[in-house]
Amino acid sequence: MTIDLTQFHGAFFDESFEALDLMESTLLTLTVGSPDPESVNAIFRVAHSIKGGGATFGFGEIASFTHSLETLLEELRSERMAVTQPICDLLLKSVDVMRAMLGAARTKQPYDAQSVTDLQLDIERIIVQQKGDVSVAPSTATLALGSSGAAPASVEWLIGLRPDPEFFARGTDPARIFRELGRLGSLVVTAQLDALPAYQTMDPKRCYLSWSLSLRSSAPEAAIREVFEWLNADCELTLTAGTSTPAPASTYTDAIAPATAPVPVAVLPTEPAAAAVIEPAHIVAPPDAGSIRVGVEKVDELINTVGELVITHAMLSQISLGVTGPAADGLRSGMQQLERNMRQLQESVMRVRMLPISTVFSRFPRMVRDLAQRLDKQVELKITGETTELDKTVLEKIGDPLLHLVRNSIDHGIENAAARAAAGKNVIGTIHLKASHHGGSIVIEVGDDGGGLNAERIVAKARAAGLVSLTDRLSEEQVQELIFSPGFTTAEVATDVSGRGVGMDVVRSNVTELGGKIEVHSERGRGSRFVITLPLTLAIVDGLSVAVGDQTYILPMMSTIESLRLTPNQVTTIADGREVFGFRNEYLPVVRLYKYFGLIPRTRALHEGLVVVVEGAGRRVGLFVDDLLGQQQVVIKSLETHYGRVTGISAATILGDGSVALILDVADLIRSAAHREAA
Amino acid sequence: MPSPPTDPTATAATSQVLTFVIGEATYGIDIPCVQEIRGWSAVTRLPQAPADVLGVLNLRGAIVPVLDLRLKFGSANVQYSPITVIIVVSVMSAKGPRDFGMVVDGVSDVIDIAPQDVKPAPDLGASASSACIRGLIPVAGHMVILLDIDLLIGKDFSAAVADDATRAA
Repeated sequence: MTIDLTQFHGAFFDESFEALDLMESTLLTLTVGSPDPESVNAIFRVAHSIKGGGATFGFGEIASFTHSLETLLEELRSERMAVTQPICDLLLKSVDVMRAMLGAARTKQPYDAQSVTDLQLDIERIIVQQKGDVSVAPSTATLALGSSGAAPASVEWLIGLRPDPEFFARGTDPARIFRELGRLGSLVVTAQLDALPAYQTMDPKRCYLSWSLSLRSSAPEAAIREVFEWLNADCELTLTAGTSTPAPASTYTDAIAPATAPVPVAVLPTEPAAAAVIEPAHIVAPPDAGSIRVGVEKVDELINTVGELVITHAMLSQISLGVTGPAADGLRSGMQQLERNMRQLQESVMRVRMLPISTVFSRFPRMVRDLAQRLDKQVELKITGETTELDKTVLEKIGDPLLHLVRNSIDHGIENAAARAAAGKNVIGTIHLKASHHGGSIVIEVGDDGGGLNAERIVAKARAAGLVSLTDRLSEEQVQELIFSPGFTTAEVATDVSGRGVGMDVVRSNVTELGGKIEVHSERGRGSRFVITLPLTLAIVDGLSVAVGDQTYILPMMSTIESLRLTPNQVTTIADGREVFGFRNEYLPVVRLYKYFGLIPRTRALHEGLVVVVEGAGRRVGLFVDDLLGQQQVVIKSLETHYGRVTGISAATILGDGSVALILDVADLIRSAAHREAA
Repeated sequence: MPSPPTDPTATAATSQVLTFVIGEATYGIDIPCVQEIRGWSAVTRLPQAPADVLGVLNLRGAIVPVLDLRLKFGSANVQYSPITVIIVVSVMSAKGPRDFGMVVDGVSDVIDIAPQDVKPAPDLGASASSACIRGLIPVAGHMVILLDIDLLIGKDFSAAVADDATRAA
């Protein structure tokens, strides 16, 4: 009766990686010398469950390594060993090694086995040193069944149990017996399956199994025999004291595991040690405090359907506006109620895809610690708002840009201890990672109290790269904007951490791809702040609908600043026919959308239409449109599925009347409009 | 009704073709790629699209581009009226199935053709429209021009997309 175990591998890997993350973050916050016992326990449980799963699924090396780790952790949690800094470092290295092994097992790639063996030896050496105990055998797969920790005077008992065939009929449960035994010490159970007949001839009521058990316990022999008191005389029981025979670390042992193991351990405590039999129903990992794992496709399907619902509702709404007669009032109030329900449904469904940003932020403490050590700088990382939730896809894609910003801060922003002391600053630099909700967006900030952006160096490099001419006078914002140019870097020497100049422009394009924007605020000598604003979701956008000619376009609210009606004398035409107008202390160019899209507008006179000030690509322009039609949430529909990419257009949507409206990509629009003007 | 080919070297049984009219000529496309036939509805213009790509349409929630075959094949005078027809087809591309609509003057019958009866198109010089002609077949006294849908979409939409890719990034 073999069941294909590989179908459960995915869940094992997912949960093991999650468990390792927990282990790492717990280790980083552990106070050496007086560690929180619950933390040490948590770390122990991680090693234990990965060991169990590793053994179940036949990942021998993982099981073996985590077994050594578990032994060390057992010493730590029973306080027979103290938690020291070197041990902490060793445990952190173990996390890396386990990640490598799990990753290798998952992708069926090779991994550095030498590093594993080395680390395992280090672990065992430490255990031996601190305990003075010579009997550590790395290949023993021992189970801790609620053991109280073997006292030095423990004996290894070898127990053989061969029940008679009518064993089950008397209502005796071998698992209960083994649990009792387990309370006396640490127990290894091995089932002997040689008496099992062929499936067709087997009588399920008869017992064909026998067991050999190995119990390490300090209990007296009488106590052990007492456990088997209820056995009928027909059963064979042998009990010998002696040295342990290491049970093979095969998939047939490690059967009984604590019910709290988050890893899909094969067997429930009520099943005998013939562990190869795994019932799929039990493999679903016990949920932690009421959560379910759901495939992303299911959620996306749900979101799509809700999106369609929103569109259908908009259509019905519009039709209902034109209905007259006795039913009209009832219909309209019904539609309003429907709209409230829809909005709630939509928000709930969107939230299903949202995860706290802590899943991304949690990578950073370790990275900051390692990088600061490597660069010989002292850096403290402060994180706030880690419970802020983001859409899963946004979360996945924002990780790398944030990583880059933090690395930059440590590498270029924070000065070394000497420079900081000279500048009268605290020798330990601070980097803060903040996330919060603002209106309908998420705001993530990466800031440091380092040296800030060096404007002169930036301008000098920009001139050298030909991005800026000698005579251009740039405002402070424009200088800071320069760092987003492709290939730009002011690092004197490219380190392997940063400085190759492939950074900031990629960060910006990653952010804009997510429908967001990034701004930099910096003060020389005081520090820099990078502020990323992202939409809450990728499926829906808050839009301003505008009319240009007979077409309707949607402007994302995130990019819109203000809309105004210009008077004729507010517009000036300069040099090559370009029009500009004054807006809040600067002059912005006018982009006539009807010209850009090749349409016939309602009016060509700027003062008879409307100008909407938008920003993107670090610039602001005024878009000239015929009318503003309203503000609404629109469902984003891809244009690229059946057509392709269009300059200036990010996607499309379906309006209440069933027609298609295009959603403008403001940054793209601004860039290409400027390009066209220049041409 | 497909009849088994008597000639062992014949490539396949008969296939079914949807015929439609553009101006004076009759064209045909393979039935399996036809999704639906619908009447005309207003289309949203697409900027920087080729002249014969009218725009996009809402096809049961999907945004589908619409191509006016009449413009493509050189008809000077095109009307859009309630009896104008859009044939929606689906082609397989590297990115998955892609749908698009073709505007034609009217739809005719579905006919069976035998592949061996298809004559190669005469070389009329390399014009944009002739490149997507698969062949000609005489049916009941007139010529049906068989079109290759993949070539139709491949040129138009990939041209539009390539255009965008070459704009200053």
